[in-house]
Amino acid sequence: MSIVQKRTTQQNVPLVEIKNLSASYDFDAVLSEVNLTMHANDFVGLIGPNGGGKTTLLKIILGLMKPQVGTVRILGEPPEIGRRHIGYVPQFAIYDADFPISVRDVVRMGRLNRKKLLKPYTAEDDTIVTERLAWMNILDLQDRALRELSGGQRQRVYIARALATEPDILLLDEPTASVDVDAQSIIYELLQEINNRGVAILLISHDLNVISSYVKTIGCLNRRLFYHGKKEVTAEMLEASYGCPVELIAHGLPHRVLAEHKSNQK
Amino acid sequence: MSEILSYSFMQNAFLAGILVSIACGIVGTLVVLKKMVFISGGVAHSAYGGVGLAFYLGFNPVLGAIAFSMMASFVMGIIQRQTRQRQDTLIGVMWAMGMAIGILFADMTPGYKADLMSYLFGSILAVTRTDLLLMLAVDVIVIVLITLFYKELQASAFDETFARVRNLPVDLLYIILIALIGLVVVMLMRVVGLIMIIALLTVPAAIGSLFLKNMKHIMGLATVLSLLFTTSGLLLSYFFNLTSGATIILVAGAAYLVALLIHRSCKPCQA
Repeated sequence: MSIVQKRTTQQNVPLVEIKNLSASYDFDAVLSEVNLTMHANDFVGLIGPNGGGKTTLLKIILGLMKPQVGTVRILGEPPEIGRRHIGYVPQFAIYDADFPISVRDVVRMGRLNRKKLLKPYTAEDDTIVTERLAWMNILDLQDRALRELSGGQRQRVYIARALATEPDILLLDEPTASVDVDAQSIIYELLQEINNRGVAILLISHDLNVISSYVKTIGCLNRRLFYHGKKEVTAEMLEASYGCPVELIAHGLPHRVLAEHKSNQK
Repeated sequence: MSEILSYSFMQNAFLAGILVSIACGIVGTLVVLKKMVFISGGVAHSAYGGVGLAFYLGFNPVLGAIAFSMMASFVMGIIQRQTRQRQDTLIGVMWAMGMAIGILFADMTPGYKADLMSYLFGSILAVTRTDLLLMLAVDVIVIVLITLFYKELQASAFDETFARVRNLPVDLLYIILIALIGLVVVMLMRVVGLIMIIALLTVPAAIGSLFLKNMKHIMGLATVLSLLFTTSGLLLSYFFNLTSGATIILVAGAAYLVALLIHRSCKPCQA
């Protein structure tokens, strides 16, 4: 098992600890009284409507924005420092689709940190990069230009880059937006493998249907966070977070949850 | 050809072409990849304020241009980092204000002012030994800083948020880059003039990034292309008695159009 897991299990500190968090832009409350604790091996999916505070929560966890109230600790450290334990996978729509760079060079960026300033990449860095490329099944693509790849392949490159940081937590923002359905299931299966290797995962998405079949626990976020550390999503959670009545249909598939808006909704 | 090279002003011009191309290819690549073309144009044009001030107070216009372009770099850099809205408006306004300041200082300066035009449109044939030394110094600064921070600059050009989450000093890297842009602008001012700098700064790198996927290779190709444009532009302007700066820019622009056509029609070239 990875070095990562040994470190976290020894410390016995929650990977992520969010207490009584509230944040607002100007006077609009975006998040209010959010609490969330994550431990080693967790695989948490947070869903919520657009504008429900998902991006804000993510920015706060990454130390890119300060909350008005409450505390956030990443392995006991404030986010500005603790974020070094996080492997961040942004929504890839933000990238310049034409940026000239090879797949391997992107993944190798995961090895960068403050200590690496003014120092070259080492043989150990190269070993880790190769290994992470292999984990994501993209070793054969390593010399290709990123801009030649499909959406699904690119997303795997960004996950490999995040994994190259040797993170305790992998944080993904809408990992399957603009990725086709087949590629989505490949990505989620790879994420499950990563989770089995001892990396905790927190992923944020507006797509309940996809994530609910892969994650271990699920929460709903719409200004408030409804999270009970369980797999099931209740009608009350969805109603409270989406602000409208939602129908749950359980299929024969285990852990499959489907949300549907009632027809009388506008 | 040997006749051309026998003039010392031509020797200086060709040397200037070489020195300028090195910095231009390297910094231009980052400008293109980090999408800082507009801000570079702003820095270049506001440097004219410094040229005008230097004429008025009677000191070396290059120093005035350095002072103004550095100041403009930092102010525009801060605007781009801090202000959430209307960055392009603010930069555009500073762009024009720099020019206006230069023109008003020129108005207030008594006597013959034709030389002021050479800073706007370039005068590679008037490059002096001192200019060459200054260009060499800029090259050394550029090469040292880019070598030291290459991987971090690449990472923050590609995905600044990720770089920040990795706790890299992205703001410091940004300041370094924009200061380098300020220096390169002053250096290019002598060759193609402040008005046309953006083209020479960006065209070679833009062509390189069409066909290559490695930033170092793009920097190399951009340097070679920039040398090709300045040299061929200079020769053309000599034989046809044209303004050298404008000829260099037209050669570069034409090459860019050709490169775009080749890139569109040739699938295997698209790396």
